[in-house]
Amino acid sequence: MTVRRFLVPLVPLAVFAVLAVVLAIGIRHSPDKGIIVSPLLGKPAPQFALPALLEPARTVRSQDFQGHWYLLNVWGTWCGECRAEHQMLLRVKESHAVPLIGLDWKDDDAQAQAWLTQLGNPYDTVAVDRSGRAAIDWGVYGAPETFLISPAGIVVYKHVGALTEDVWTREILPRVQAGKS
Amino acid sequence: MRALQQAAIALTLMGVALCAAALDTTVLPDPALQARYVALTHELRCMQCQNESIADSPVDLAADLRNQVREQLLAGKSDEQIRGWMAARYGDFILFRPRYSWRNAWLWGAPAALLLLGAGVCWRVLRQRTQLLATDSDPVEEDLRT
Repeated sequence: MTVRRFLVPLVPLAVFAVLAVVLAIGIRHSPDKGIIVSPLLGKPAPQFALPALLEPARTVRSQDFQGHWYLLNVWGTWCGECRAEHQMLLRVKESHAVPLIGLDWKDDDAQAQAWLTQLGNPYDTVAVDRSGRAAIDWGVYGAPETFLISPAGIVVYKHVGALTEDVWTREILPRVQAGKS
Repeated sequence: MRALQQAAIALTLMGVALCAAALDTTVLPDPALQARYVALTHELRCMQCQNESIADSPVDLAADLRNQVREQLLAGKSDEQIRGWMAARYGDFILFRPRYSWRNAWLWGAPAALLLLGAGVCWRVLRQRTQLLATDSDPVEEDLRT
């Protein structure tokens, strides 16, 4: 009886604790914070075959990168944040840690080419998605977005918004290095 | 005065209708398909402006997704297939009408479970009280001291 006397008042406290944890998880994953978990994570990367921006006669195929780690960066010259992340992309290229593939999303080819000439070209290859159909397959809803794809062709990580030093060193590099060793 | 008010309301409604019409002028050949098109585009979320449906959103991506809905309807896909296609790319978040799944089963079941729990507690408390009334012969002060 004394044990019950002691425990019963603790029940509301326990209920509160559980509720607090559930709500904390909910708030952390709230879409308001810009995190919409991509259903592609852990799944095979969507396939595409698109013209190359710098050699329009050539077709860039997602299968070309099979067997290697690569980053797919979705961008466009109409996108302000893309300009903001450009310096970071150039640093990614300099690191030679992982090839960077660009997906030029619903853009004007001439403007995109001028952008790369002016700001420097951080990409190994840029595929042109004029219709936006490939971007839909990748579940892209706002540029810039960056995907990390494993040698097995699995989407391992997705970052929405400008790529930062922090995301690069904390999320992307460790995954690539762990996969290589 | 009344006529003026009515005219103002009519004008506003016309404006709203015109805006809506200007945004999405898609008309499918078959009225049944058109009805499904309108229903589907109203229950898919625009991922860029997250409180609008793709039917109501002026952004480019919403237009692209409406286009997908139209093409897939014309190709003979079912509503469920189109919803699944969208959710496979953008997640369940794109569906304004949530689907039942094992992952969110606890959410759907929670109200019923809480109601049962509450009813159980209520029943026990009531039973204990009636038993106390029957057995308790101590004066009230006695109870307060313990």
